[in-house]
Amino acid sequence: MAISRDEVLRVARLARLELTEDEVERFTEQLSAILEAVAKVSELDLSEVEPTAHPLELVNAWAEDEPRPSISVEDALANAPDREAGFFKVPPA
Amino acid sequence: MIETVRLTAEEAMGLVERGEVSGAELHRAYLDAIAERDGELHSYLRTVEEPGGDGVPIAFKDLISTRGVETTAGSKILSGYVPVYDATVATRCKDARLTLLGKTNMDEFAMGSSTENSGFGPTRNPWDPTRVPGGSSGGSAAAVAAGLAPWALGSDTGGSVKQPASLCGVVGLRPTYGTVSRYGIVAFASSLDQIGPMTKTVRDCALLYRIVAGRDPCDTTTVGLPQPVKIPEREDLKGVRIGVPRELNEAEGIEPGVKELTERTIGLCGELGAEVGETSLPRSVEFGLPCYYLVAPAEASSNLARYDGVRYGIRVEGEGGVRAMYDRTRDAGFGDEPKRRIMLGTYALSAGYYEAYYGQAQKVRTVIADEHAAAFRDFDVLVSPTSPTVAFELGAKTSNPLAMYLSDVLTIPSNMAGLPGLSIPCGLSDGLPVGFQLIGPQFSENTLFHVGHALERAIGFDFVPGRLR
Amino acid sequence: MSWEPVIGLEIHIHLKTRTKMFCRCEVAYLEPENTRTCPVCLAHPGSLPVPNAKAIEWTIKLGLALDCEIAEHAVFHRKNYFYPDNPKGYQISQYDEPLCLNGRLVVPGPEGDARVGIVRAHLEEDAAKNVHTGTAEGRISGASATLVDFNRAGTPLVEIVTQPDLRSADQARRFLQLLRRTVVELGISDAEMEKGSLRFDVNVSVRPEGSEELRTRTELKNLNSFAFAARAIEREVERQIGIYDSGGEVEQETLHFDPTAESAPPLRSKEEAQDYRYLPEPDLVPLEPPRELVDRVRAELPELPGERVRRLAAELGHDLAGDLVTSGRDRLYERISGDDRRAVANVLMNQFAVSGVDPGAVDADELATLIAARSRIPRDRFLEALAASGDPGFSAETYLGDGLVADTAELEPIVERILAANPGQVEAYRGGKEGLLGFFVGQVMKATQGKADPRVVNELVRAKLSSS
Repeated sequence: MAISRDEVLRVARLARLELTEDEVERFTEQLSAILEAVAKVSELDLSEVEPTAHPLELVNAWAEDEPRPSISVEDALANAPDREAGFFKVPPA
Repeated sequence: MIETVRLTAEEAMGLVERGEVSGAELHRAYLDAIAERDGELHSYLRTVEEPGGDGVPIAFKDLISTRGVETTAGSKILSGYVPVYDATVATRCKDARLTLLGKTNMDEFAMGSSTENSGFGPTRNPWDPTRVPGGSSGGSAAAVAAGLAPWALGSDTGGSVKQPASLCGVVGLRPTYGTVSRYGIVAFASSLDQIGPMTKTVRDCALLYRIVAGRDPCDTTTVGLPQPVKIPEREDLKGVRIGVPRELNEAEGIEPGVKELTERTIGLCGELGAEVGETSLPRSVEFGLPCYYLVAPAEASSNLARYDGVRYGIRVEGEGGVRAMYDRTRDAGFGDEPKRRIMLGTYALSAGYYEAYYGQAQKVRTVIADEHAAAFRDFDVLVSPTSPTVAFELGAKTSNPLAMYLSDVLTIPSNMAGLPGLSIPCGLSDGLPVGFQLIGPQFSENTLFHVGHALERAIGFDFVPGRLR
Repeated sequence: MSWEPVIGLEIHIHLKTRTKMFCRCEVAYLEPENTRTCPVCLAHPGSLPVPNAKAIEWTIKLGLALDCEIAEHAVFHRKNYFYPDNPKGYQISQYDEPLCLNGRLVVPGPEGDARVGIVRAHLEEDAAKNVHTGTAEGRISGASATLVDFNRAGTPLVEIVTQPDLRSADQARRFLQLLRRTVVELGISDAEMEKGSLRFDVNVSVRPEGSEELRTRTELKNLNSFAFAARAIEREVERQIGIYDSGGEVEQETLHFDPTAESAPPLRSKEEAQDYRYLPEPDLVPLEPPRELVDRVRAELPELPGERVRRLAAELGHDLAGDLVTSGRDRLYERISGDDRRAVANVLMNQFAVSGVDPGAVDADELATLIAARSRIPRDRFLEALAASGDPGFSAETYLGDGLVADTAELEPIVERILAANPGQVEAYRGGKEGLLGFFVGQVMKATQGKADPRVVNELVRAKLSSS
């Protein structure tokens, strides 16, 4: 297996996914197959090659420090699953 | 009674301009057609009753933020999410007076090649409803093919505009990366995502590209077009150098029917006056897929972290604190494919693995870009089939993720280099559409439109599915 | 065995730009919750960051003031982690290609200049604010919910990381004061801990004096003032030395202090190394600061506080010089003439400081006159004058009165001397001859050549005679 069950659990925890036992088994198998396939990239010796972070060679894209209107509190909270007054409300952190 | 099944956007524009029909009437006509025919196809997730403009109607893939209209990106995790702002492309369409018909179905978070990964049920291919329309922009492709929209916007990351266009017999453009704003587009893979027109004709495609393209100050990865968009007119290919990369055209899994039609179309290029020659992309095809399936999931694992039940979307209540809520919500809200890609991406970025996986994949992108650039020294356009197969049956590939990934083997390489690609229908194989892919260097859309239009006229493909004529 | 502390600092400073780092919402302090937000800082699906040009320029300015190299190619990175105050699920920050590198801040001190290395200064965005609410249902502890306010989310932050070059708690305190002063004078931040526009963490370890090794360090977090930090550092250094002296090993820990309860012992935790899975931010293109920009910003740098401390230390000593500069009163000091420099400095740091007057509002010549005449003015009148010294049209003259010495501190010893020299008359006065008061006052007036204020002398003599 290219990825172990423990690794799958570690990665699921990092990604905040609560997997069922069935999912853990299924994904371990599928991710192993996928990882084996993508590991192909390591066949190439690219020590002299620069990575491409952006397809276009742009630099220095920024904006002046001029304010634009914020959205209303109502719009900000419009889709909130839970709220209290003007705050977003979540279970304790 | 407006017959929407055959109407092109350009024709619709003419009708409106000449006052023969109003925008509102057109809007109504399409909504009627949707009510009549979309029950079978499920290309739309929701429609918009009131016309939003007095011009030509348009459909948007459901990852385009539309103010006041629910936007789900095909995922349950965004059920009920109504944006408070418009994507830039939506604003530009509004400014061009286009009226929104509705939001089309898609693979969840644009992850898929068949629209079977939608959280709300698949879309069916109008040419054969037992088959997939392709993905992830399957809803938009099917809507245009079935005459349920004169044109539509889709998005393309690994081929999600080109491939469904191919499977549904319509035209699809994946633009040069950076020429169409991603502001308001639910992100999958930031360095690859692009919004692209899906239309019945190449001229329609150019018209829609002209409306949405251009630099956006809200998206710092965009640039202005070096030249204005030219709506194609020439019907010959004299002076055009067409390259046939052997690795793209001989890739594993290309069906004989697809191969035959592709070769015929290449021959047609020569007849129209093009210079046709063979070329090579030695490593781009072999390493394109693995490169994509490292870069895209890595970026996606980060882009999808915001779906946490705090500010929008669903939340699954229960015991424990906020972390338990994240875990439950994300497990319930995401389907299998996003979960797989999130985990794959998280793994590829994690400490100790970054260099070997994500870091290495970003270098492979450079190799792919260099190989294409070398080919473009001798040729103006590179050609190949868009998809190795015609539309496959629903359920045929859903149990094997890797088999599904192979659908994108021909569209991915040029995407990794940020290059534009146009897919045009070039014929039917066993009654199902085959797409012909034209790839150009950055900012070569006008060339792609020219070649695509000339071929389209010569091929004379009837874009109305047989069963709808 | 002799030990030396090894101290490093990580400081976060809010840049006082008008808008946030990656969107153009106005940065505002104390606005009602969620009134300064937009799809970008709320991380709505599809939103994209657009960097604040001023924040970039000001980070370069700070880097130059800290003698850093300004990177030719800098990149934003995503730092991935989940927390309710982190709406995107990642923070846009900088990783291995920051804007500023390899600088130093020289902290002048009595033991000589301490050259404190600056590893890096980089730009990032601040998180939202979490409010943990309690429960009314009689639960013993624990919040029942967390409320989140995104007004602060996206505010530009500069993070400064020092080399572990600080060798005492006091040196760390002086470093922080000097850094704060520098930042304020550059005009890029208010750097006020109470407002949250300056925060810092401290890394502490110890080693045998003279060795080069780096031993296990502990991290001190949530310190709410420089003075408190100095004490906490001292205690931690002692604790670690105690452990090594008794043959133990210091464990890697984080000490969380309670900003509201200074004497409370810190909570200790072993924080797991987090895997932030950094990747270059694909939604932002790299920064390549143009040479003309860097040159212009460098040319516009004022004379920095550190240089001024060194200059003034020659006439005032390091402590007074340091205090004057870091409290923002050294410019005024330099404008006040007068031979007794220490006196001027002392007044500025004590009585003038208490008056709360803005140094920039003061007429330096008038204040010079006032200070020179201070021994001839009653104490409370002197303080009154200082409090008014910032008013337009202030004149020292109106407070000088008749130039008589009224300072009880100066007159008291003279009165005591006179009384001690005339015990017979003292006894007679106490026996009822109250007319002798005039005799004593006269003696004091003779001793001060008539310069004493007779009313003050009168009161003093009376007081001395009635006591004992």
